[in-house]
Amino acid sequence: MTAALNVEGLRVTLGGREVLHDVGFSLEPGAFCGLIGANGSGKTTLLRTILGFTSPSAGRVALGGAAGYVPQKLQLDPDMPVRARDFVELGLNGHRFGFPLPSRARRAKVEEMLAAVDAAGFAGQRIGELSGGQQQRVLIAHALIRQPKLLLLDEPLANLDLRAAAEIIALLRRVAKQGVTVLISAHDMNPLLSAMDRIVYLANGRAASGTTQDVVRTEVLSALYGYHIDVIRVHERILVVAGEHGAHGHEHVATIP
Amino acid sequence: MFAPYMLDAWIVATLVALAAGCAGYFVVLRGAGFAAHALPMAAFPGAALAGLLGIARFYGLAVFALGGVAGLAWLKRAQRPDAATALVLVALLGLGALFLSLSGQYSNAVYALLFGQILGVGPADLPPAFAIGLGVPLALLACFRPLTYSAIAPDLAAARGLSGAGLDLLFLGLLAVTSAVALPIAGALLVFTLMVGPAAAARHLTRAPLPALGLSMALALVIAWAALALAYLTGLPSGFFVGTLSAAAYLAARLKR
Repeated sequence: MTAALNVEGLRVTLGGREVLHDVGFSLEPGAFCGLIGANGSGKTTLLRTILGFTSPSAGRVALGGAAGYVPQKLQLDPDMPVRARDFVELGLNGHRFGFPLPSRARRAKVEEMLAAVDAAGFAGQRIGELSGGQQQRVLIAHALIRQPKLLLLDEPLANLDLRAAAEIIALLRRVAKQGVTVLISAHDMNPLLSAMDRIVYLANGRAASGTTQDVVRTEVLSALYGYHIDVIRVHERILVVAGEHGAHGHEHVATIP
Repeated sequence: MFAPYMLDAWIVATLVALAAGCAGYFVVLRGAGFAAHALPMAAFPGAALAGLLGIARFYGLAVFALGGVAGLAWLKRAQRPDAATALVLVALLGLGALFLSLSGQYSNAVYALLFGQILGVGPADLPPAFAIGLGVPLALLACFRPLTYSAIAPDLAAARGLSGAGLDLLFLGLLAVTSAVALPIAGALLVFTLMVGPAAAARHLTRAPLPALGLSMALALVIAWAALALAYLTGLPSGFFVGTLSAAAYLAARLKR
């Protein structure tokens, strides 16, 4: 089976600093993968490199098909005269020049996509007036309307309350079950534990990938960070902390709520 | 008011309002209010220099307005583009004042270039007015979706192959052409007022992009016509009525929402 995403030996240098060192992993179609790492670990750089916004200094990225992208947040003016349905439609034809003539087929496709992400109820509202969770649904519909094989999401759960985050994860799980590979970045892996079947853990610009059980272990993460790491499992949650021999003492490197 | 000698003024006011109302929608959507203010001001010394050199005013206006576009595009890359743009703006106004002073027609020319001579237009003003009144809305409608998309979500638009810098340049170029043609007729300050006032009011009255664009053009038209009629009836400057009616439309729209 052709991989939906294949990253090999990726190195990215920004401002003279190597942000990603020799990062490699592969994702099968329909995988739900968490891209986990502390703030500043290179998650956004990796996503931007996969999308082609940033050029790697070495290595290669191969996509099995079109990629959809959900940025962390849009700076949206609440007064902007753009409804949720208009924004989703831009995902379909926003790049096209020419007169914007109405099309019944296009409208039906937009409404269908809005319904698929449970956003039909607020499709007529200005996008800048929607809540964070509602905006995420609209952004996901915008990314999915071109039927991508791979969906990349940059911290979509940041600034969402627990209920909204759980709803977005359930929605993305449904998307993955339909064969779309989902790569979702987060600084906290715990909300994703029940959903993700793969993890790419970034630290110090290096990555470890596999199942959660394979990757989130003391030996693997200690090697990644370069000092001793303890992995503590409590009530089906994972706490990753620098251990007593760690160079930085008892420092949280990934938090749980 | 509808005497034959006023006919040209009605036609020109209509065409300038259509261009300004259409361009204004994108000015407000793209947060380019300062650029819309700066470009007519940048063109102002061009008209003054043309008068001093004894060449057709349009050439001076076009050269300085397009120079303003290049300057704005370059300043946008600077750390503090607003401060730099403001300083360039003031320098250009000073340059315009110098050219007018040297030409020996200071006060009348300043008044005409800043506030326009809408009641004094003649048949010679019709061809350029038709060119922008029809050409600018047609060009902007052809770019409607890319300009809207890149204004709301620059990263997502870039992922679809739209160049943010290229669209900026295209848009500012159309603003410069509008300014160069409309400035001798409507004046630098009135072009800006007709661009910003109706569009800012329209965004409070409608939620969707195309109706907001249509309403912006309609409001600009109504304001231009009303200002012309009031100027004729009262003998007061049309600029006073354009400014006051634009502000009133915006205030009414905000209060209604």
